[in-house]
Amino acid sequence: MIIPAARPSPRLASACLTGLTVFLILIALSATSALAQEPPDTANQAPSITIAQTPPPSPATDVQAYDNPNDAGGAVHIEWTKSADDGGGLENVAQYAILRGTSPSGPFDTVGTNTPGTTEFTDGGTEDGVTYYYIVSTGSTVASPDGTTRTVWTQSEPSEPVQSSAQWFHTGRINSLLAVILLTTSILLFINRAKTGGKLFIRKIAGLEAIDEAVGRATEMGRKIFFIPGIEDMNNVQTIAGVTLLGRVSKMAAQYEAQIDVPVRRSLVMVAARETMKEAYLDAGRPDAFNEDTVHYLTDDQFGYAAGVDGMFVRQKPATVFYMGAFYAESLIMAETGNSIGAIQIAGTAMPAQLPFFVAACDFTLIGEELFAASAYLSKEPRQLGSLKGQDVGKFFILIFAILGIILATFEVYDLSTWFIVQ
Amino acid sequence: MNLRPSTILVLVVSAILFVLSANSYGFALTLAAFFTLGIFSFLYKDNPMYKFCEAVFVGISAGYWFVSLYYQNLLAKLIDPLVADPVGSGAIPYYVVAILGIMMLMRLVPSIGWISRWPLSVIVGATAGLWFITYLQSNAMLQLQNTIMPIQEYAADGSLNWYQSIGNLTVMIGTITGVIYFFFSKEHKGAFGTSAKVGIWFLMITFGASFGYTVMSRMSLLIGRMDFLFGDWLQLIL
Repeated sequence: MIIPAARPSPRLASACLTGLTVFLILIALSATSALAQEPPDTANQAPSITIAQTPPPSPATDVQAYDNPNDAGGAVHIEWTKSADDGGGLENVAQYAILRGTSPSGPFDTVGTNTPGTTEFTDGGTEDGVTYYYIVSTGSTVASPDGTTRTVWTQSEPSEPVQSSAQWFHTGRINSLLAVILLTTSILLFINRAKTGGKLFIRKIAGLEAIDEAVGRATEMGRKIFFIPGIEDMNNVQTIAGVTLLGRVSKMAAQYEAQIDVPVRRSLVMVAARETMKEAYLDAGRPDAFNEDTVHYLTDDQFGYAAGVDGMFVRQKPATVFYMGAFYAESLIMAETGNSIGAIQIAGTAMPAQLPFFVAACDFTLIGEELFAASAYLSKEPRQLGSLKGQDVGKFFILIFAILGIILATFEVYDLSTWFIVQ
Repeated sequence: MNLRPSTILVLVVSAILFVLSANSYGFALTLAAFFTLGIFSFLYKDNPMYKFCEAVFVGISAGYWFVSLYYQNLLAKLIDPLVADPVGSGAIPYYVVAILGIMMLMRLVPSIGWISRWPLSVIVGATAGLWFITYLQSNAMLQLQNTIMPIQEYAADGSLNWYQSIGNLTVMIGTITGVIYFFFSKEHKGAFGTSAKVGIWFLMITFGASFGYTVMSRMSLLIGRMDFLFGDWLQLIL
């Protein structure tokens, strides 16, 4: 028996056709929705994005891209005029996306986003010498028929071509340049004056007057002098100042035949300290008395160093301890141990957080710049004296500008303070 | 070998502690606790336990830093870049640094030890030059910019904001008198000397506040050690 093939009824065919149509519409809507939610990667996607029923935001206009100024290259700065719907109009801008391409026709890749109300962006990922084009895409969040939200984008016209490059001169630092010129000129003038025999007055620095006394005390008691040149390396200006002072103390120790011990935390400081001491002993006419092992390395570890120094303090009971340089948390540990054994302690540091501990635990403390002034004061060497006097000129100008600026600011004139903005 | 009673005591206590630690983690904890107590014992007075802990601490840390500096500096910042590109133009700075480093080692040969002064001069000179700008900007220009403000501040309703105005005045007086204190070209006498005295008072008050603040942070370090001893080690704090 042959069973005839069943023919679909017209109603069934109509229902299938309707279902197929609905299915296709749903797929189309879904695809449009998915397309709208993706970040706008290429310029060609713009027309499909704007299919949404909700009106898309007005585009950002007047997109300008230029080499980011005063940098080492690798960055382009982009500016644009806000969308008419950002802060006005439809008020529906959710974000701006910044896209970059190497051709005005695309493709464009997203390099960053920015919030509504903003009109600039710095792209820090460019390659110097490569031509780029930028577009700014304005995004608006809209509700889909299925209740979810999506973002629709409207893209701007591409910017003019731009290339990033490095600059040799930072125009924002002209104020620093002028300050450097003023300071170095005054330093050089004073150095010249000192060299030609001009008398340069330096006031007494209390802590320094005690150095002679402290070295003399150690000699009389027949005990050691300990010199701690801070815990930082030679790339710290305080260590340099500390090592310079070590030269002065060593010279006196050589003259008085006092014993000196210099435990250090950094190998480079050890080398510099040995050189300084060697020269000091030579100056004192006692090169034979210098022993390189006087300056010895302990460890690079901060608290290991502090523990080692403390141990030496309590066992060798020095008469005098100098702390000159940069210190951190170990300052009080060492200074308190030195205090407990009854040593005369003279400290000098420019570390604001450690100064209170030295002030509390030491007999004399060189505060901040006094540490740097100390070597000039002690040596009376023309270059150091001239440098110190030159810095005083800088401080004089600081005082003048501060007083003048305060008076002007009180009368609501703030121009002077902008001269000192550091970029 | 003559061992003093205190040394024997330390050794016995150490041995007991080591035996008490049942596994490797417990052993590590006990070891850390032993060294913590050993270093703390200095608060009483210098003793063999402290001497032992100090020697171990200094010795081990010196060795650790040697290895660490080799891998982090010599290998990573000199040898590796040179091995990767030994003839490119980018290698030139590395060769300069390598030569300076070798020159530094010349001090091991007494007859040509003077060569080691050259790299030292480069380091000191370059450092001074680099820090000059940094200090000028942070300690002078930025400070000056923040000092320039009006003496009187007004609230939103137009009335004088006393609190803010007194604050501004304090900053101004403190900064100006502080700078005067660090002026070395003039003797601290008369009105100038009085201003310098006011400046040092400001400094001392600042140091007092800083002292209290830092002591509090040191207390937190002590609490951390106590937490380790009574919590991690003795399990008395859960």
